[in-house]
Amino acid sequence: MLKKIVILFFITCFACFNTVFAAESGGMPQLNPEFWISQIFWLIITFGILFIVLTKVILPKISDNLETRKSQILENIEIADRQKEESQKKIDEYEKIIVDSKVKAKNYFNEAREKILDDINKKRTELEKDLDEEIGGVEKELYDLKNKSGEKINKIAAETSAELIKELIGEEVNSSSIAAIVEDQSKLNKERKDV
Amino acid sequence: MASNPMYQFNVYRIGPEIKLGSVDISFTNASLFMVISSLAILIIFNLGAKKKTLIPDKVQLLSELSYSFVAKMISDTAGSKAKPYFSFIFSLFMFVLFCNMFGMIPYAFTVTSHIIVTFVLAAFIFVGVTIIGFMKHGLGYLKLFVPSGVPMVLLPLIVVIEIISYLSRPISLSVRLFANMMAGHTMMKVFGGFVISLGIVGGWLPLSFSVALTGLEILVAFLQAYVFAILTCIYLNDALNLHH
Repeated sequence: MLKKIVILFFITCFACFNTVFAAESGGMPQLNPEFWISQIFWLIITFGILFIVLTKVILPKISDNLETRKSQILENIEIADRQKEESQKKIDEYEKIIVDSKVKAKNYFNEAREKILDDINKKRTELEKDLDEEIGGVEKELYDLKNKSGEKINKIAAETSAELIKELIGEEVNSSSIAAIVEDQSKLNKERKDV
Repeated sequence: MASNPMYQFNVYRIGPEIKLGSVDISFTNASLFMVISSLAILIIFNLGAKKKTLIPDKVQLLSELSYSFVAKMISDTAGSKAKPYFSFIFSLFMFVLFCNMFGMIPYAFTVTSHIIVTFVLAAFIFVGVTIIGFMKHGLGYLKLFVPSGVPMVLLPLIVVIEIISYLSRPISLSVRLFANMMAGHTMMKVFGGFVISLGIVGGWLPLSFSVALTGLEILVAFLQAYVFAILTCIYLNDALNLHH
């Protein structure tokens, strides 16, 4: 195997020398000035056209594309940021509304309670006043009745006794004397009661 | 004659002989491949620039990636002042790259394997950069040859070296590209010749070399275009931002 490779190597070297010698006899076409001017001429033309078209037409388009993309991406990022901010603001607002409405509800509740309590108190005081007045009136009436009842009883007693006597005896008796008798009797009753 | 590895670099006339006065400017195979490369660049990048979609398709992505690649290369090496020269460096890079790559197609002609082509490009760059340097800094551009922080004793020597290195820029730039392309293609041709001469028995070894070389040459084709463009940027940087 190794021998084979060594032999191959020598053969290769031999062939190499052969070809290199052959090359030398040919020389370098690069140094032949026959077509130098033609090459320069066509280089200037092709490279010139290439340069002009690239500069005037193609490269501005590419750079424009790149710029557009860059600005669009930046814009999108900006929009996304703005929307994020907005949503954060909305969330804050929402939370604020919730807190506010809670406070408001509490306030309403308190107000309503106070109002109701006030109402109740007011009504109660009114009621109490009314009751007091009525009680006072009734008491006064009772007192008056009590005071007047004695006289009235006497009067009724006198009248009834006068009529009784009239029925019994059949003649008219002096009403004043009857009244005096009734008075005496009622005084006696009173005294007996008192005793 | 076809087995001669230098035969592939022969320039021959295609079509009639065109004469401008006494100068021969006939259309040759070299001209053909210049036209093909330029057209390919224009077609690909025109396709890539045509549509304006937010999400690019393949061709658009390719052209936009190339655009940002060259833009980044320029801004990294020559700074923001080099922006007006972007389109020139872009065209230069693409032209050299496409010429190199088209040269990789079998039986194709490699435009950049000719010293005259690369030398014209390099000389144009050299002259342009020198003009830009003098326009920007006036005679102060000559300070480029006087590096700061050099002892007085060494200064004359350094200045001479700097001037020589500056003047040899177009030569080094052109020869680097031309020699790389020529050497690579010659080597491939030589190994291709071995495959034929060694036949079915011994031809496999050079054939595998040839396959490996093809990959290497594609890498070199890209790399040399990149080096050509980036050296242009570096020279431009010297002319624009004089900070030697």
